[in-house]
Amino acid sequence: MDDARMEVIMGRLLQAGVLLAASVVLVGGVMYLMGHAGEGVSYRAFTARPIELRHPVALLGGVARGDASAILELGILLLVATPICRVIFAVIAFAMERDRLYVAISLTVLAVLLFGMLRAG
Amino acid sequence: MPLLSFTLFVFLGSFIAGLLGALTGLGGGVVLIPLLTLVFHVDMRYAIGASLISVIATSSGAAAAYVREGYSNVRIGMFLEVATTFGAMFGAFLATRAPTRALAVIFGMVLIYSAWLSRSQVEDGQDNVAINPWSDLLGMSGEYPVAGQGLVSYTVDRIPAGFATMFGAGTLSGLLGIGSGAVKVLAMDKVMRIPFKVSTTTSNFMIGVTAAASAGIYLARGYVDPGLAFPVVLGVLGGSLLGARTLVFCRVSLLRVIFAFVIAALGIEMIVNGWLGKV
Repeated sequence: MDDARMEVIMGRLLQAGVLLAASVVLVGGVMYLMGHAGEGVSYRAFTARPIELRHPVALLGGVARGDASAILELGILLLVATPICRVIFAVIAFAMERDRLYVAISLTVLAVLLFGMLRAG
Repeated sequence: MPLLSFTLFVFLGSFIAGLLGALTGLGGGVVLIPLLTLVFHVDMRYAIGASLISVIATSSGAAAAYVREGYSNVRIGMFLEVATTFGAMFGAFLATRAPTRALAVIFGMVLIYSAWLSRSQVEDGQDNVAINPWSDLLGMSGEYPVAGQGLVSYTVDRIPAGFATMFGAGTLSGLLGIGSGAVKVLAMDKVMRIPFKVSTTTSNFMIGVTAAASAGIYLARGYVDPGLAFPVVLGVLGGSLLGARTLVFCRVSLLRVIFAFVIAALGIEMIVNGWLGKV
């Protein structure tokens, strides 16, 4: 493993993640449109619509039932997870290079990301 | 507006925002948020949420192409992501407490500043001053391809100042749901004296991770509405991928100038609307 190879794999990883997430979003979006086509829509007023990260089972249940909103949420979560996977890969790759400093730096970034996803808000 | 036509118009608008963002190198967020708030009358918080998610998509989608060019530096990126992710969490924390009027005014000022930055084309090359020993100690020195010269080595300077500027870039990203690529490039190119091409490609890598840091807070606070986010994400992603492909064939200098004026005008409109409480 060297830095150039690491970057190539990271690029592929990100591309694959985006492709997967965008496909899921597209499927969910089409279903959402078909289900609500005639309705009016306005985003003028803000009512918080939280996406719960702490209940993945409920989300997957919705996906299994073919609920369009749940599929859209899954696609959005896959998108957010893509750069996080890149950082996880960096931890592994720097460990293979035996670069302790950058393992520590990558782990710091990963810790901030996981804290933001799971604890904050 | 009926859902179907609303979604279609938002998709088209986002596509154009992504296209222009890629062609000019300023990113989609700077046009997207004014478009959603001023044209589609979307609440600023939904606009910021949708934009942030689309920023992650474009950054990740373009990564493979950037890697192929061989300019990006994974160590510089990872080191500075410590600063941008902390900044992004701080920015998202502020965003959930600041009134939307204030966000609109700050956003307007960022737009005007971006327009002003894009006016100066950057010259490349390091006229190397004293070499900073920390550059090698932190493993951030590197090489990049230059036409006609093969691989040219470079070092990194003024690391604490660059780190602090990156924290600011992260804060803006988390506060406004934009990639803040312009500020990231500024930190690397102007502050840390990293070659321009290395700065822009490494910045693209960092944008996705930075945005992911504040995404959790946005999701938990209900800023990301799936019904709005989906045409925005697909539109911006499609537009920016097309833009990245077209970039090679078309002359962007004129487009850049026009775009700078458009962004400045949008910035003024955001400030006025925020000031009058219409956002």
